[in-house]
Amino acid sequence: MPGEPLLKLESVSIYYGNFCAVKNVSLSVYEGEIVSLIGANGAGKTTVMNAIMGLVHPAKGSIIFEGKRIDKLDTSQIVSLGVSLVPEGRRIFSTLTVYENLMAGAYTPRARAQREQMLKRVYDLFPILQERSKQLAGTLSGGEQQMLAIGRALMSNPKLLLLDEISLGLSPIVTLKLYDAIRRINSEGTTILLVEQNVRQSLKISSRAYILKSGEIVLSGYSKDLKDEEEIKSAYFGV
Amino acid sequence: MNLFSPIITGIFLGGLYAVIGLGLSLVFGVMKLVNLAHGAFVVFGSYLGLALLIAFGLDPILALILIVPTAFILGYCIQKFLVNRAYQLGTEPALLITYGISIILANLYQQIFSPYFKSLVTDYSVKGLSIGPYSVPLIYVLDFIVCFIAMLLLHWLLNKTYIGLSIRCAVQDPVAAKLMGISIEHVYALTLGISLSFASLAGVFLGLTFPFNPVSSFTYLFIAFGVVVIGGLGSMTGTFIGGIVLGLSQTLAAYFLGIGLQTFVGFIVIFIMLAIRPQGIFGVKE
Repeated sequence: MPGEPLLKLESVSIYYGNFCAVKNVSLSVYEGEIVSLIGANGAGKTTVMNAIMGLVHPAKGSIIFEGKRIDKLDTSQIVSLGVSLVPEGRRIFSTLTVYENLMAGAYTPRARAQREQMLKRVYDLFPILQERSKQLAGTLSGGEQQMLAIGRALMSNPKLLLLDEISLGLSPIVTLKLYDAIRRINSEGTTILLVEQNVRQSLKISSRAYILKSGEIVLSGYSKDLKDEEEIKSAYFGV
Repeated sequence: MNLFSPIITGIFLGGLYAVIGLGLSLVFGVMKLVNLAHGAFVVFGSYLGLALLIAFGLDPILALILIVPTAFILGYCIQKFLVNRAYQLGTEPALLITYGISIILANLYQQIFSPYFKSLVTDYSVKGLSIGPYSVPLIYVLDFIVCFIAMLLLHWLLNKTYIGLSIRCAVQDPVAAKLMGISIEHVYALTLGISLSFASLAGVFLGLTFPFNPVSSFTYLFIAFGVVVIGGLGSMTGTFIGGIVLGLSQTLAAYFLGIGLQTFVGFIVIFIMLAIRPQGIFGVKE
């Protein structure tokens, strides 16, 4: 892999009180890649995502985006730099319209300047959102809400898009649709780091993967090499 | 019996009460903060209008173009440098800060302007307007017009601007709002700035309508509470109705029972409301 990574975590440890949720995690994401972070419930995946976004701050280690340390910055500054997260559980603004949700995604000055362009791109990706633009977001189906959450995150035109369990609670057909959209977003130039419990799905879409267990990275490598399920299973379940 | 006059003045006055309530309701709705300095902020508008009138002979309504932005900046700074910090410890310390601010402001007014009653006297503040055979003070009509302008303005601000969008996002889900790049501290500061702007607007018109002194800070705080209690939190229509009910109950009480009992009756109405429908007319039970 040539050059500096777009995102680099160096020996990051994160505590909630005395509880160590993430221990000494290092990982890199290079421009143009899709990287997945795989692990069971409670392995610390969401905590890693939240730390990248500045929602929690690591006690040790550093997080570097485009060569700049971001682990002490506020979330709003990190978003302005071009990182965007589709949070676990979607967290759409349910009493706002679909259109207003998307506009909220284009809040930063950098995004506001090009919001019409981005809106067109999002509508192009998910035409259903254009159809329902005047509807309250809370009235959408689960899959549509997830599309809205992804569209909203895209509105800031991020260089790095973080996806936290986008398939959670959705049918296999909807999940496949979403993964197609992710591929398209990536092919249009957005680097992606995704968190999943769904091992097969995420290995299929990503070029590299990290396996997280109890807050530590126990395995990493090219996704095609990791497809040997036994190896993953042992990392996953500790058998 | 001629009830026309107390009813019409009650409604018009109620409009102005609604403007006072709007600011208190907005701050509580956005940051769950009971702003005990709200009355002092209302009187801030009255006194700043008075100062500009005395110093430059500036018409108080014209002076709004200076008063409202000043109030906005003051509100923004108070939130950013004082309340936001206290807020990190919880809502009670923030509440105490606002109480402290109200005492400081009331004493400041007393130092500068004396404890005696003052009024904003202009040509139009004593004029009457004839409606059929009746005459209504012109200023009451202006009060009501201001109420509508203020409500439309706030509605536009909350629903049609990026500031409003960021406020609504922060109310609904602060974490998701952060992920949009919205700074919650900034939203809170804007909110207090907006609240103080509306308070000072109401203050100028209250100053044109009634005499005021430093203690008016607390009177108007109670009125703001009354409006919100009667109308219910978080509903602009409710705030409007709350203002009208309170205004009417006061003018009708003055008409039937004498002017000395009008505040008392206002409190009785608030009391009854708390007893039978604590969430207010338009409020939603939590």
